[in-house]
Amino acid sequence: MLLRSIISRLIAVAITLFGVAVVVFTLIRVAPGNPIAMMLPPGATAADIARLEALYGFDKSLPEQFVIWLKAVAQGDFGTSIIMRQPVAELVLERLPATLELALMALLLAVALGGLGAVVGARFRGRSPELGVDLGVGVGLSVPDFLWGLLLILLFGVLWPVLQISGRVDPRLAVDLSTNFYIIEGLLRGQWRLVQDVLAHMLMPALALSLPLAAMIAQVLKQSLKAELHLDYTQLARVRGLSETRVIVSEALRNAALPTLTLIGVQFTFLIGGTVIVERLFAYEGLGNMAIEAVINRDLPLIQGIVLLFALLFIVINLAVDLTYGLLNPRLRHG
Amino acid sequence: MTLNRRDFIGASGAFAALATLPGTQVLAQSATDLTIAYNIPVQAWDPTIGQVAVNPVLQAIYLAVYDRYIAQNPDLSFGPGLLTDWGFSEDRSTVTMTVREGVKWQNGDPMTPADIVWSLERAANPETGNPISFVWEKIGNYRVDGQTITADVLSFEPALFKWMAFLTGFVLPKDYYESVGADGFEAAPIGTGPYMVDAFERGAFVRLKANPHYWGEAPGFETVTIKFVTDVTSRVAEIESGNADVTLNIPYEEYDRLIAKPGLTGVAIPITDIGMIFLNDIEVMTDRNVRLAAHHAIDKQLIIDRLLRGYGVPISTLEAPGYAAYDPSITVAYDPELSVKLLADSGYDTDNPVRFKIQTTRGFKPKDYEMVQAIVGMWRKVGIEAEIEVYDIAKHFDLRAADELAPAAFYNWGNAIGDPSTSTGYAMFGPSPHSVWDSQDVIDAIGPLFGETDEDARIEGYKAASRLIAQEGYVIPLLQYVMPIVYRDTLDLTPYTSGDLLPQQIRPKA
Repeated sequence: MLLRSIISRLIAVAITLFGVAVVVFTLIRVAPGNPIAMMLPPGATAADIARLEALYGFDKSLPEQFVIWLKAVAQGDFGTSIIMRQPVAELVLERLPATLELALMALLLAVALGGLGAVVGARFRGRSPELGVDLGVGVGLSVPDFLWGLLLILLFGVLWPVLQISGRVDPRLAVDLSTNFYIIEGLLRGQWRLVQDVLAHMLMPALALSLPLAAMIAQVLKQSLKAELHLDYTQLARVRGLSETRVIVSEALRNAALPTLTLIGVQFTFLIGGTVIVERLFAYEGLGNMAIEAVINRDLPLIQGIVLLFALLFIVINLAVDLTYGLLNPRLRHG
Repeated sequence: MTLNRRDFIGASGAFAALATLPGTQVLAQSATDLTIAYNIPVQAWDPTIGQVAVNPVLQAIYLAVYDRYIAQNPDLSFGPGLLTDWGFSEDRSTVTMTVREGVKWQNGDPMTPADIVWSLERAANPETGNPISFVWEKIGNYRVDGQTITADVLSFEPALFKWMAFLTGFVLPKDYYESVGADGFEAAPIGTGPYMVDAFERGAFVRLKANPHYWGEAPGFETVTIKFVTDVTSRVAEIESGNADVTLNIPYEEYDRLIAKPGLTGVAIPITDIGMIFLNDIEVMTDRNVRLAAHHAIDKQLIIDRLLRGYGVPISTLEAPGYAAYDPSITVAYDPELSVKLLADSGYDTDNPVRFKIQTTRGFKPKDYEMVQAIVGMWRKVGIEAEIEVYDIAKHFDLRAADELAPAAFYNWGNAIGDPSTSTGYAMFGPSPHSVWDSQDVIDAIGPLFGETDEDARIEGYKAASRLIAQEGYVIPLLQYVMPIVYRDTLDLTPYTSGDLLPQQIRPKA
């Protein structure tokens, strides 16, 4: 039963990825703007254009180009970036760790801030701290991540310059790691100076990304907590002499967390999408920043590679959320 | 897991302390280091192939690492580079080039005439992906005699030696490139320039180190870090916070604000980049009265003053001041009354306006969209109703190459060598994929100039073509842009009219 479910999910993944590949391949070629026109110098003739088109394989028909590309992808070859002249797979995998670390940091911050807000709001329900949390939620939801980014740059980059504005690591630091997971590998290898520097670069973009999600988490989790606090088992906990905070954290939180978990799963994919703008703002060398460069320069193979990877990430995250939800929800586990 | 109050306070304290740990905030400039917040990232290190080779903004970084055959001075004039002498023979059948002696590659190997010949032959080979190969293939059959190279002119290109100071005109190391291959060169590029690549993090920064073998004056800093900060707000924050010593290409409002702050100064000079409106010979633009009315109705100085805070130079032709074929006597005056009259002659007025579409980018150049909005407002007053369509720059290139631009299309045209062939020539010569104006009179005026062997006659020919274009209203040149550069007042910086911000031209103030 489980095997059949896994196989059907994998088939669905393959079909989805193929669909994404077809759509992306077609859209970026049909959309105006091609890379050859971008590199035409003054004096180029029609013959020069034809020569460049042949050099980059754009002289063939769309279906021909698609079949060639698909065959190569099936063999793990995603083509070569037009602007960077490096294999797309290599480039994308090189940047992926930076984006994943940023997204995970943002998620951690969002869960911490949102969770704290929800607990405070539920603990002091009907009183001014809850009003403060609601106000914070309203602001957090209405301000988009890139605006948070600008505000944070002003606060912690210019007025009180304690954090780094751009990049992922100080250019003067020698990074001697075998992967691009700077924080994870840096922690494992005990390279505290590097980890500290990476965090100093990452805090602002991560915070900018996390605040809207934190607001959502606070809102949903607080409502769930408040509902749980009226149920019999929480009343019983109070009778047993537990403090209100203890009742919330030890008793109600676990049950109230389920809807929030679903929310986090769905929003995490949006959060990864949000890295595109935020990485650009903070000159953070992740996948999102590279995606914008690829689009500006009409680097078609690179755009295709990045979009496919994003699609794969979304599918994997959704799958992981489904599985986690199943594990945590007894009704689904025994259903 | 339970979280008690003490744990929570401890965790919060650690988080807050992170920001205050020593070393988190690093002020950029020291006696030996320089940090530049640059607006475009280097994507590849071979400056002769692919898209990067024709990106004018990247040339300054390449010029820190590599040398060109011929160098360009701050005022657009040309001077010795790796060639110390060059020229066509009297009958234009051969070229002779003298190679500088005593130059070494950054790995210590000597640079020889063989490197020059190899670079030129490689550039001429379209298989390498050099987008300018059509220029380099115009000479061939190289002979080397000591430091002197002679080559046959296969097809005369008057601006050949100017191209040697322009896009893809870089000399690369033959032996090194052949031994490490294209990938090896990308990983560890070497040139003969004043700085060498010490570390490169794609999309983030390049750290340059002074080249101990450099043949010219030693650069001013031991290390130069160029951070690629594409977002303008972040670039402003970088310099304002002290994380960068120099930045460029910021809004003029920010430029004025920053240079008023203690410790910062700036320079803003006109560069070889102009704003213009392409006119396509379709629909109402075939009517001379409409074209001229559209041009005379624009108050360029007002646009510069109001939208660009005075940073800009109004122009009437595609030849800006400082270009070889600039002719100050050719002017198209702001004269809205004349516009009204011209339009009336064609049956248009404010109640019955002439209608067409104008395309523009938004945010690609400073205040581009706002400029077009202002122009449309000026047009409306004389009887022109233009509909604005916003497109991105890639679409502009695509449409222009296919000759499918709208009747009017805003664009900026760069011409770092100031030669008329690379401005008026290719922008207005109908058969060129860069031109959308196809009338025969312009083709006849410009066509012969591409092969003109008499330089004076060529320049005069372009001036005549510019006059014809202005009189007939085939294009609407608007303004010459000004490049704002902000830097610490402890630095000396030499700006280049070409728009290049050269790291080697930034030195500690004496």
